[in-house]
Amino acid sequence: MQSFEWVDAESVEQAVTLLGESKDGRPVVAKAGGMDLLDLMKGGVLSPHRVVNLKGIKGLDGVRFDARQGLELGALVTLSRISREPEVRNRFVALSEAAEHAATPQVRNAATIGGNLLQRPRCWYFRNEHFHQAGGDDLARVRDGQNQYHAIFDNQRTAMVHASTPATALLAYGASVELVGPGGKTRTVPVSELLLPPDMKRPRDTVLAPNELLTRVRIPAPAAGTRAAYHKQGERESYDWPLCDVAVVLQLDGRVVRQAAIAMGWVAPTPRRATEAEKLLVGRPVDEELARQVAKAAVAGATPLSKNAYKVSILETVVRRTVLAAAKA
Amino acid sequence: MAPSDDDSDPKPLLPKLSRRAFFTGAGASALGATLVQTAAEAASTAAPAVHGPGPSTLTLTLNGRPVTVQADPGTTLAELLRNQLGMTGTKIGCDRGACSACTVWLDGEVAASCMTLAFDARGRKVTTIEGLAKGDELHPVQRAFVEHDAMQCGFCTPGMVMSCAALVERNPKCTLDDVKQAVSGHLCRCGTYPNVFKATLAAARSNGKGKGRS
Repeated sequence: MQSFEWVDAESVEQAVTLLGESKDGRPVVAKAGGMDLLDLMKGGVLSPHRVVNLKGIKGLDGVRFDARQGLELGALVTLSRISREPEVRNRFVALSEAAEHAATPQVRNAATIGGNLLQRPRCWYFRNEHFHQAGGDDLARVRDGQNQYHAIFDNQRTAMVHASTPATALLAYGASVELVGPGGKTRTVPVSELLLPPDMKRPRDTVLAPNELLTRVRIPAPAAGTRAAYHKQGERESYDWPLCDVAVVLQLDGRVVRQAAIAMGWVAPTPRRATEAEKLLVGRPVDEELARQVAKAAVAGATPLSKNAYKVSILETVVRRTVLAAAKA
Repeated sequence: MAPSDDDSDPKPLLPKLSRRAFFTGAGASALGATLVQTAAEAASTAAPAVHGPGPSTLTLTLNGRPVTVQADPGTTLAELLRNQLGMTGTKIGCDRGACSACTVWLDGEVAASCMTLAFDARGRKVTTIEGLAKGDELHPVQRAFVEHDAMQCGFCTPGMVMSCAALVERNPKCTLDDVKQAVSGHLCRCGTYPNVFKATLAAARSNGKGKGRS
């Protein structure tokens, strides 16, 4: 890890001003929990000349629920808190489950929702300093190499997948984020538009500008009859990155589905909505047979790589089970 | 182009003071006060203090005692504890937050000290394995680890104990699932998990019966 300067930002405005600078090609980066940042710095993938500490900024660690406005999470709220907070557990269970199953208890105590969304991919080529210096065709390297954890959809341009698992739940809930830039210029971006396909040659995989800060995450208030479920499938039960994760949010009228959202993470460069599968659910009661059809539709069109065809059948099973779990929730 | 020697218009760092202004103005103490205020205003509106890249002072509470040290901003809490503060009970395994051997308490909650920058521990309470016992009296979880043979090579043990002790302190009625959840981030390549579970549950039971630390 190269040495760097440290500055404690006291306000969003001050942080944004500091983030605009850079020196000798080494960037100024923002730090909240610092989990992904430290990993990238230790790996030699990122060498900032200055780190702007956001933890001292007041007012970014709140959890607020309002029956009309919905849920608002400050960017500095930790994953532990999201997993414990009653307002989140009771009303947005797919999100609290995603937070609870991310990383280790130690990491969840430090990791923030803002930093989690802005993580770089866990692709082992991406995490290796060598491949950033080697140049060449990043996609060809993955296609010809160890691609068992890579994308099974939309993998013609990149096969890396976004790392955030809470993003999967947030996508299903139709969440958005607030981004603040210079002069307090604020914009709201849906999570579906925030994340971009990962790219080794870019400094970030989101639409966030270098001098913008992600300040808040918002989820609209759930309609009456909303049910949700989340499942992260790993190779083992204890701490690991997922093979895939699925969040299902259903709005039910009795047993009949009025609206459905199925979000699938770690199977495409960005979390993916299973739109055709969702259409099958609308207007019908959920049962085993329907869940089976929905799951089949969710994996239709998959284009697995040389070593990850197994993810297609795992995803199909996880979608089926999560749809059933949401209907029973 | 030749380098410019033009220094005719240097930017003043402080308001210019003439001898006349000094002697005809208010008293020296009032002037001092003005300068201090100006500096404070500048600090709050302009650039905040920059630490590093070299060593900078930081203060934290280590096992109940305040400690002030010099560290550069790239120092992790694990490195600070082991290399400067002599707390070598905290182990560095993967150095990426994936094995949890480096677990300490930050304000009473488990933290991966290898993924915590020392600067992020400023003003906080750090508890290491060395701070768990009260004098010669082991923490119930430490004692239970001995009694239930919950270690083999011992490398993961300090971190495991910190996680299990945090659980028992937080939830004396913890279940087997709670213990599994608490150690879910810990890697023990000797495979002593079953005895770690037994020890922690036994400690929780004894802790619940006794007066805390028996």
